[in-house]
Amino acid sequence: MSEATVDRSADVVAEREPLLALKGFSKSFGPVQALKDVDFEVHEGEVVGLVGDNGAGKSTLIKAIAGVQPADSGEAYYKGQPVSLTTPQAATSLGIATVYQDLALCENLDVVANLFLGQEVTAGALPVLEETEMERKARELLSSLGVTTLRSVRTLVENLSGGQRQAVAIARSLLGEPNLVILDEPTAALGVVQTQQILELIERLRDRGHGVIVVSHNLADVFRVADRITVLRLGRVAGNFDVRDATREQVVAAITGAEFGAAERPTEEQAL
Amino acid sequence: MTTQDATVEDVRERFSIGTSLRRVARGELASVRVLLGIAVIWTIFQIANDRFLSAVNLSNLTLQIAAVATISIGVVLVLLLGEIDLSVGAVSGLAASVMAVLSVQKGVAPELAIVIGLLVGTAIGLFNGFMVTTFGIPSFVVTLAGLLGWQGAQLAVLGDTGSINLPPSTITDLTGTFFDPAVGWVLGAAAIAAYAASAIRARTKRIRAGLEAVPLVVVVVRIAVVAAAIIAAVAILNADRGVPLAAVIVITLMLVFTYITERTRYGRHIFAVGGNEEAARRAGIRVNRIKLSVFALASTLAAAGGILAASRLLSVNQQSGSGDVLLLAIAGPVIAGTSLFGGRGFVWSALLGAIVIGSISNGMDLLGLASDVKFMITGAVLLIAVTVDAATRLRRQHTR
Repeated sequence: MSEATVDRSADVVAEREPLLALKGFSKSFGPVQALKDVDFEVHEGEVVGLVGDNGAGKSTLIKAIAGVQPADSGEAYYKGQPVSLTTPQAATSLGIATVYQDLALCENLDVVANLFLGQEVTAGALPVLEETEMERKARELLSSLGVTTLRSVRTLVENLSGGQRQAVAIARSLLGEPNLVILDEPTAALGVVQTQQILELIERLRDRGHGVIVVSHNLADVFRVADRITVLRLGRVAGNFDVRDATREQVVAAITGAEFGAAERPTEEQAL
Repeated sequence: MTTQDATVEDVRERFSIGTSLRRVARGELASVRVLLGIAVIWTIFQIANDRFLSAVNLSNLTLQIAAVATISIGVVLVLLLGEIDLSVGAVSGLAASVMAVLSVQKGVAPELAIVIGLLVGTAIGLFNGFMVTTFGIPSFVVTLAGLLGWQGAQLAVLGDTGSINLPPSTITDLTGTFFDPAVGWVLGAAAIAAYAASAIRARTKRIRAGLEAVPLVVVVVRIAVVAAAIIAAVAILNADRGVPLAAVIVITLMLVFTYITERTRYGRHIFAVGGNEEAARRAGIRVNRIKLSVFALASTLAAAGGILAASRLLSVNQQSGSGDVLLLAIAGPVIAGTSLFGGRGFVWSALLGAIVIGSISNGMDLLGLASDVKFMITGAVLLIAVTVDAATRLRRQHTR
């Protein structure tokens, strides 16, 4: 079913080799089947919106991709090569960066320190921080991403707005020069203007050639920024849509399972 | 107002007097706040007793606070992690006792005894860090147990006599040595030159990298203030017995640990763990290793403080390191702006806090106040300081 819908969106993007392709990803937590036979793919320069209700398996899927909670079974292909996504390090070294919803920033440190946390530029034996070099690189990175709302890169993160923090977290994920960036609810809890800025930032990531997976509850944001939408429902792929020829109603129906009606109910019980 | 080109007005505003006052209120310029506090305290005691600001008394004050200031450096490091070490007082007493027994009763060379005393501290710190990181026991509990346990060990080490007098040796020289006035001036001049050079070099480096820099006026003012403070200190100390070796030791420790915390990757990681441990872990920082090493440093510095205290009092006894040593060593940095909640603070707060507490204690002694009044006043000052810390923290959360 999902194969057919992917084909529906087949155009320039889909004809190229996917950046990341998952085949038959499954994951159980005890008796609970969180992911069941999920096929998923994302291309370079493509934003894929990953949507679904609470408990649909969105978080489980991105954690499986990030190697934090590896899948029980399934095959992963990165640029066409079979790979194993069993540890966070494996995912990172392939070029997969994940920005979790909690952002994992240190509020007591400034923007530069947060950007380079754990990968500081240093010199000497101690080793001593190269602050000017890090600050210069931080400015370059942020301005290349069009982040213009920061007054100073020496501002402490605790003094930043939610949108600015999100931008800093996204910028940090780019320091490792990843190909694929996974964003977990990047616009949750943001105001209208800040949401707009983050969506523009996501578009800039696409323009730079990154593959982007955006997990979101907010369909308006997803329709605005994504090229393709994958809907998860009860651990299965419930639909793949090209935003250009999909309607909000179709996606909502896939999320809630309305269009499948009674036929889908038994699966629900199995999943539970 | 973009990141890449901050305007001149932007920079000027950041260093304006109004902005600075707001930052003091928010707790960002805690050192300025505590310097004002010291000025007030000194004025009050000078009015109450005109011997307070005499060269002799300030020289005594310097020696009195050396031990606690040293212990407090370690406390600052632990507080930056968001942990606490309640055993620093007991460890200072135990390390001094071990040193005294070895050098006086066992005939070990005093220098070697000092090193062994320090290593006792290091070993205890590693134990504390091990318990905290391996079993996930709150540092509060581990070091509270240590507070009692190491005091017991101190009694056992000292044995039946319970008190050991230190004959003149390298140990007593630590706080009994005063430099010739000329040497004092050379040290002061060297310190000023080093500060000026590093401030100007840092600014030049930023300009060369095309980054906005602190206005030259601000740099010059800072250098002038530091120079004035150093010149005043050397002049006062020279008017008495000269610059004490203990002061040089304490200032050197402050500089070394300021450098470690502010300029090195290790120091950055200490702040990160204290700010958001989970974020630090995800950034690939080996959190346990940082904690283990910081507890080891803290206990080593506590041992160093105990040795300085023994040196000044010329003896070690069952009371060494007990009483209010622990409370003052923790209260000092907190008074001067190091947060009890982790991730915020600076090494110099150890010295500034020790000056505040030491001045109050010294001034009350000069006034001949009884213990009851002293305890209550010191307690009130601690409470006020911690309240200010909590209040600035609340304001910080509200003024996002």
